[in-house]
Parts: sequence; structure tokens; C-alpha cells
Amino acid sequence: MTCLPEKTTRKLGLVIDLDTCVGCQACVTNCKEWNTGGHMAPLTDTNPYGAGADGVWFNRVHSYEVTTPEGNSQSLHFPRSCLHCEDAACVTVCPTGASYKRISDGIVLVDEDKCIGCKLCSWACPYGAREYDVFEGVMKKCTLCVDRIYNENLDEEDRVPACVLTCPTGARHYGDLGDPQSDVSRLVRKRNGQDLMPEMGYRPTNKYLPQREKIANTATGQTTALAPLEDTSGASGLLGWVDRMLEQMD
Amino acid sequence: MHPAASVILFTTASGIGYGILALAPLLVTYGVLPDDNRWLGASLMLPALALVTIGLLSSTFHLGHPERAWRAISQWKSSWLSREGVMAIISYVPALTYSYAWVVLGSVDGPWVWAGFATALTALATLFTTGMIYRSLKPIPAWATNWTVASYLSLGLLTGLAVLVSVSTGFGLHPIRFQTLAVILVLAAAIAKNRYWARLHKAWEQHAQNTGAALASPGNTVRSVEWPHTEANYVLKEMGYRVARKHADSLRAVARNLLLVVPAAVLCVMPSILPLPYLIWMIFPGTLLTLAGVAIERWLFFAEAKHVVTLYYGVE
Repeated sequence: MTCLPEKTTRKLGLVIDLDTCVGCQACVTNCKEWNTGGHMAPLTDTNPYGAGADGVWFNRVHSYEVTTPEGNSQSLHFPRSCLHCEDAACVTVCPTGASYKRISDGIVLVDEDKCIGCKLCSWACPYGAREYDVFEGVMKKCTLCVDRIYNENLDEEDRVPACVLTCPTGARHYGDLGDPQSDVSRLVRKRNGQDLMPEMGYRPTNKYLPQREKIANTATGQTTALAPLEDTSGASGLLGWVDRMLEQMD
Repeated sequence: MHPAASVILFTTASGIGYGILALAPLLVTYGVLPDDNRWLGASLMLPALALVTIGLLSSTFHLGHPERAWRAISQWKSSWLSREGVMAIISYVPALTYSYAWVVLGSVDGPWVWAGFATALTALATLFTTGMIYRSLKPIPAWATNWTVASYLSLGLLTGLAVLVSVSTGFGLHPIRFQTLAVILVLAAAIAKNRYWARLHKAWEQHAQNTGAALASPGNTVRSVEWPHTEANYVLKEMGYRVARKHADSLRAVARNLLLVVPAAVLCVMPSILPLPYLIWMIFPGTLLTLAGVAIERWLFFAEAKHVVTLYYGVE
């Protein structure tokens, strides 16, 4: 049924650190690599090597420039994927029962044998997490690597989502966000983890850790990494003489 | 939102059909339409049933798996799309019963009146569920308003009435008898659609300001410098449709004139001043223009509506 469970035993999800993410796209690549042979396989592509390349991906990384009111700017990389929401409207709008949220761990999945490809679930998702497979005529989405995290054929340390496993900067964390004592829940508390588009009221399970405040330069009060060029107008002695000589050469 | 031709055809055709099904039995019961003319009954009920059937079938054209469409009636507990499917199927029972009585038996008296009420009620309920599908989608702020539902209801009834008046005028009935109903429906449609358009822009601005809270501290500005993909993808093709907005104002004016001014003229004003032979030459083209208007309105309904996911792509 597409009615949502009142409560899930666990809330498995991701915590993504926007401060350490460098936008390298490794999580995107490994996600595609694993999932094109996984539970929702295949993740088909149209024209993969030509013009108008298009295809199904579960994870997309956007890059932004953030500018502070003082005019300082820095880059921000934002991986966007299914947040396995508690109030997942993508599930409740589904007319066939193909979309469902699991009671045991809260993962939102699509039963591809029931999906009619009406695409309404993708309209209901504010995060653009669902992508339609034009070849198979069904909707596809992140499974939180349900075929890895319970996979006893893998070594225990590998039983995490492919995106988490591959992240070279440790920006992606996986765990039970329903357990307040779990590592991910502690991290969310410590770093003031945020919901994405909270005004939508979907109560996403995944959380984003905002970028840290940059440490202000003690001399200038500016939060830039480099100090401005020194003021040498009062310099004297040997260094003052060198400074004056060099200025004549400039 | 991408304006899929099949969805525009579905909502306009079934809107007209349910409009006729909602109005015709009530107009017969309350003596506005004669109940002794089975050919009039056939000319109203059969096109109405054909239109809702065409609409229903065309809504399955855009499915990835049309052969599984029967599954769509199973999740009525949570899904408005499913409820619409259920209501659409239920509405056939009284509509076919009433059509049988009117067309085959030639009488809609006695117990058949109840089939007429049931036909009207289920037709209205189906229109309501169609509106609720869109109204319930929070990520599309333009649609997330009761004016969406009011628009679907009033435009379905208004276009249904326009066709109904055309048909009965063809049977020599003077359209003055529908004048009051026409005034009410034109006003209802005008209010619903104007209120819908009036809040469309504001509703979007509100969300555009809220979003990004997780991405950057308040006061910081966020500028999209690189998308995750260099070519368009499914999300952008389906939810990032942009063609219409350039001409949105002109198209709105066209839709307003065709959808509201034309029926106001031919259904509300002209019946009071023109004799029947002249009226026929006004009402037929007027109805066609009204139907063209609703098709433009429906296209705009999709093309003008922005999805919040486009905010991540830097759309303002």
C-alpha cells in the first residue's frame, strides 16, 4: 500500500557534509556503477557518447558560488539524491502501490513490476530525486544501496551505500538517524545538520551539514584565506632600504 | 511543467464530458430541458460518454506501461490519481443507466431521477478528484491552492454547458433558458481563474526565498555555477519547461477572452437580444472558441507552473 508507515523501526539515511565535499563526482560515478547492476538495474542511457547524452542517475552534484554580505566568496558542492523522507509524497501519490516506504528501515523503493510509468511521483518530489527510465517505462530512484547494506557476500566494512564507500574526503556518512546515539545523529547535533527545503514539510531523513564559518583574519577581520599585501610605508633599516629599491624597479 | 499533449487532451475532453454529465440530468429533472425527446438525450449523453472515454484512454497514452493501467485504481486510500480512476469508473454506472432510460426507454421519470442525481454527483466528484491531483502537489506552488480545484470544476461545467447549449439550440430550444446558469458559471470560472493567476507569481517567490537554507547561511547569496549534467536530463525536461513563460501574459489574455468573454457574450448576453436563427450562428462558433480557450488555458496551466527542483538549477 502507498499509505506511509506511522513509524519505521529504523531511519537509515545519509548525512552529507557540505563543508568537506569537493564536488569530485566520485559518488555520482560509483552510484551509477553499482546501481546499473543492482536492485534497480539497469540505469539506462540515451546516446551516452554522442550529442544530447541523457540517462538515469540517482545522485547529482551541483556546484555553487556562495557570497557573504562582505563580498567574500567560496565554492559549495551539493550532492542531490533521494532523502528517504518520512512524509514521502512520492509514495502517497502513487496510484498503483509500486512506491513504498519500508517499515523496517524507512528506505523508499519502487516495485518496478507494478510501476505504470505515470511520473506523478517525480512531480511530487521537491528534490528531483526520481528519474524516469525511457527504455523500461518505469520510474527509478536511489535504493540507499539496499543490495549492499544487507549483503552478506560483502565484507562488513563494505556494507554501506556505494556513494559513501567511495567518497575520498569522507563527506558522506551513513547510519540510523532514528537512533539518537548513532554516529550520524551525533554528527547532525554537533554540526547543526539541516533539512533540505523544510518548508515543504516532507521531513527528510537525510541531513546536510552546513559549511563551517571561515576563521576571521585577526589583522583585518576579513574571512579571506590570504592576508592582504603588507603596508611597508613605515619600514626602516635594511628591509626598508630593500623595499625602496625594489619599488623603484617595479 | 512539461505540457504533455495527452494530459491536455485528457483534462479538456473529460472536463467537457463530465460537465455535460453533471448538468444534463439536473436540467431535465428541473424542467429546463425536455424529457420527452430521446434524440436530444442521445445527442447529449453519447458525446459526453465518448468524451470522458476518449479522455480516460488518452490519459493512458503517456504511461510507460499502459497494460498495467488497471493497477492505478488500487491505491485510493492515499492517492488522488487513484481516486480519480475509481471515480471515473464508478461514474459510468449511473451515467449509462440514465442514458439507457433517456435514450432507449424514452423516459427519465420516477426512479430514473435518482440515476440522474447519481450521474451529476459522480461527474462532479470525478472533476473534483482531477483538480485534487494537482492541488496536492506541494513542489508546484502554482497548483497548491484550492483555486486549482475551483478552476477544474468551473471550467468543466462551463465548457460542458457551452456544448450542451449548442446541441439544444440545434434542436430548436431557445438558449435563454440556460441564461442564469451561464451567468453563474462564467462568473465562477472568471473568479477561480483570476484568483489562480493572481497568486501564481507570489506563491513561487515565497518558495524561492525559503529554499537554500541548508545550502548557505542567511544573508549569503548562492549562485549556480555548474549543473550536474551538461545536457538536459529527465528532471529538466519534465519539470523545467520554459517555453511558455515568455508569452505567458499574451496567452493569458487570449485564454481569458476565449474562455470567459466569448461565453459571456454568446451564452449570457446574446440570448436576450438576438432571435433564434441568428443565435445559432453565434453559439456554434462561440462554443468552438470557448473549447479552444480551455485548451490554451490547460496548456498554460502546465507550462506556467514552475517546480521547486528548478531552484537547484538557479532558476529564479
